Amino acid sequence: MTRSFSVVGKSERKVDGRGLVTGRPLFVPDVDLADALVVKMLASPHAHARIVSIDTRDAERMPGVRLVMTHENTPATRHTTAGQGFPEPSPYDTRMFDTKVRYVGDRVAAVAAESEEIALRALAAIRVEYEELPAILSIDEARAAGAPRIHDEDDAKGIYDAARNIVADVDIDVGDVETGFAESDLVIETTCETQYAQHTPIETHVVLASLDAEDRLVLRTSTQVPFHVRRIVAQTLEIPIRRIRVVKPRIGGGFGVKQEVLLEDIAGWVALKTRRPALFWLTRPEEFTSSRTRHPMRVRVKLGIRNTGLLHAIEMEAISNTGAYGAHGLTVLANTGSKTLPLYNKAQNAHFFGQALYTNLPVGGAYRGYGATQGYFALETAIDEAAEKLGLDPIEFRLKNAIRAGEGSPIFEKLGEGREGVSQTVRSCELEACLRIGAERIGWTDRRKKRVTSGPWVEGVGMSIMMQGSGIPQIDMAAATLKMNEDGSFNLLMGATDLGTGSDTILAQVAAEVLGVPLEKILVTSSDTDLTPFDVGAYASSTTYVSGMAVQRAAEKVREQIFDVASPLLGESRDRLALRGGSVVGASGGSVTLARVCERAMYESDQFQIAATASCVPSESPPPFLANFARVAVDTETGVVKVLHYVAAVDCGVAINPRLAEGQMEGALVNGIGYAMTEEMQFSSRGRVRNASLFDYKILGARDVPPIEVVLVDSYEPSGPMGAKSVGEIGINGPIPTLANAIYNAVGVRLRRTPFTPERVLEAIRASRGLA
Amino acid sequence: MIRLTVNGRERTYAAGPGDTLLELLRREGFVGVKKGCEAGDCGACTVLLDGRAVNACLVLAVKADGASVVTIEGVADGGQLHPVQEAFLDTGAVQCGYCTPGMVLSAIDLLSRNPSPSEPEIRDAIAGNLCRCTGYVKQVEAIERAAARMRETR
Repeated sequence: MTRSFSVVGKSERKVDGRGLVTGRPLFVPDVDLADALVVKMLASPHAHARIVSIDTRDAERMPGVRLVMTHENTPATRHTTAGQGFPEPSPYDTRMFDTKVRYVGDRVAAVAAESEEIALRALAAIRVEYEELPAILSIDEARAAGAPRIHDEDDAKGIYDAARNIVADVDIDVGDVETGFAESDLVIETTCETQYAQHTPIETHVVLASLDAEDRLVLRTSTQVPFHVRRIVAQTLEIPIRRIRVVKPRIGGGFGVKQEVLLEDIAGWVALKTRRPALFWLTRPEEFTSSRTRHPMRVRVKLGIRNTGLLHAIEMEAISNTGAYGAHGLTVLANTGSKTLPLYNKAQNAHFFGQALYTNLPVGGAYRGYGATQGYFALETAIDEAAEKLGLDPIEFRLKNAIRAGEGSPIFEKLGEGREGVSQTVRSCELEACLRIGAERIGWTDRRKKRVTSGPWVEGVGMSIMMQGSGIPQIDMAAATLKMNEDGSFNLLMGATDLGTGSDTILAQVAAEVLGVPLEKILVTSSDTDLTPFDVGAYASSTTYVSGMAVQRAAEKVREQIFDVASPLLGESRDRLALRGGSVVGASGGSVTLARVCERAMYESDQFQIAATASCVPSESPPPFLANFARVAVDTETGVVKVLHYVAAVDCGVAINPRLAEGQMEGALVNGIGYAMTEEMQFSSRGRVRNASLFDYKILGARDVPPIEVVLVDSYEPSGPMGAKSVGEIGINGPIPTLANAIYNAVGVRLRRTPFTPERVLEAIRASRGLA
Repeated sequence: MIRLTVNGRERTYAAGPGDTLLELLRREGFVGVKKGCEAGDCGACTVLLDGRAVNACLVLAVKADGASVVTIEGVADGGQLHPVQEAFLDTGAVQCGYCTPGMVLSAIDLLSRNPSPSEPEIRDAIAGNLCRCTGYVKQVEAIERAAARMRETR
């Protein structure tokens, strides 16, 4: 299984690391801002209201105010803020500024001024008359008869049923689940609910808009999707794409929240109207109230199992709260089924259905895991319950029913990115090895047997498994360009969007491997819509697999051109040449350096630029696989849960840079543990976020995280670049079901609502003892 | 006007009465000082103030009059990286890099007081520096490595 590589598989330093550790001015707002206007937004104080009138005259008259924007003086084009491939599977239900506000934090107006202080004073001087409307603050209220209609505009497009607040509806069948349940010997049903959570990248959303010398709009922005930003801003501002250049510098984390075009329209409009640079930078409270969140969901899973221990029928129903706008509403919902159900392909009957509903709460968006996180909570809880009822070890039961290499699932074909999916056979799957290694590391067999208690503290161990994908097959496109320089180095120009993930580094490693050069010979430029070829951007675990294949192909094309030049120099036919150690090596033993090859191509004969561009649209989406194990201690008197040890064994194919792959896993796991244990956006009875700060919304710090062990299990994906699959998202799905199952093992209570706060745990313990 | 020594260079700086040290430093071009919350919660703006790690967003610029400040820009010695910076690169402790300046400075503060910190002491030292990318595993390892290397070369 192991292949021999020179650069791939090595934990090389990040190619952008030196600038980052020395604090170079690499991020959006790190450039000279002396001449920039400051943009500030007036947010809705109401969950649902019609704007009767806006009086901006006092604000406009203030010295230092350069532009006041409302629905009265900005383009009205309906669009989606979801940075997805065109045509976006999200509804066009948003405009720059609307005549209605749909959640506390929604846009009402914005001001561009000479300073932040002036901009804030101007916002305070805007007088808005609202007609308050009844608000919907839960999915149950959204489904109730006679619920107010949140999207009553007549120009929205792509909403499934606006009159009933239904953004999207999915319903797919394989076989016949009703018959399947009737034929089953054991039926288990469980419903789990997840909370509102925010991504909290340490860098909030920020954009600097300016006009260049030819009056083109330049957006220097913290985005995961530069090309989608260019297209959506062009659409929103009603200007041609050619008038926009999007530059993605270093980005301070995204996790999905920057797959959204949130600020660029306003900042761009200011630059176009005032001809001044404009900086729009969300404050931390605004990042919570006015950016994007994970879609909260209620997911019901029903399993039918035969006496053989094989799953016979699976049904999953998901009700998703998409908040006030439908960004990613359909696709997150569809992924809740499509990224979970194929894992248990032994069930011949399957049914996935659900709806995404509007509410007057903050807007859902893409968030690492993208629906799978919500789905796996219910699925892996139900599987754990089933194993217990059957008297089977949870590992054994899962292994018996999980997908294996060489197998497919009809779900792959039935359910894709909000539409039909793509049939595929899993080529690489080391789930069994992941389970074996994880079980060993946590001490599964021994710990399941013995009961460890210490005063009120009781220990338990739990586990779960999962898969994700590697990009969106037959939709996602990535391209890369390589060109050669006369010292034998190469410029690698990519639309692929490194937002801290390390993709610049691992993609350069792929190029270096093909070209037989050390990593420092690959000079990366990533994400500038004027300079780099198209790439959909960093989402859906696509970069390693999809962009990686584009880079590999571009490098292979360049290799062919190098051979064209080297062949006459060495007097060897092309098929007898190889690239090694910065030289072209002939089978007869001769060699010529890459520098010499480029010199000949540039200056001597049949001159041309050695360069190539290649694209990749994958025909499949090979899933990475993950086995999670956790040991917890539960204080039965207070409900406090301590995670004592977390082990995650993952099959992501070949890890192109093992340390960076581990880092993806560790970060996702810790985010997932926070999501499981502490993180929750809380709302007032009027829909206002009550904990919009990093003090009140608890993400884990260095002291809060348990010992985490990540194991990269040896694997090779034949369809992937250098044998790789993607690993960006999968880790975040693990902690919720793993910790829930461990808590159950400790104290015998099933937690079905996240996060597992001491209050909830204690309440569940008391209820189980008849003390509620 | 206040007098500040930033990264070894003493100068006067214009400071408004409400300016935080974070605002002043960024305005003056020390943009390695990152803004993440302006409330003392995330630690992205950590600098050394008279040798101790502080959140620059919680320090009024005028209160720093006469003080010595080290920002991330002042940590490397010319082209020579500090051992903590080297260790961050070697261990993969840098992902997006937004929390990195603050984390590196908290580590340098720790190692100046305690050349052989235990793992809990390292975690305490960076507890105020939130990172959403990494899970802290590699940062703790990096600081352990840097400590070992600094002990060797002392």
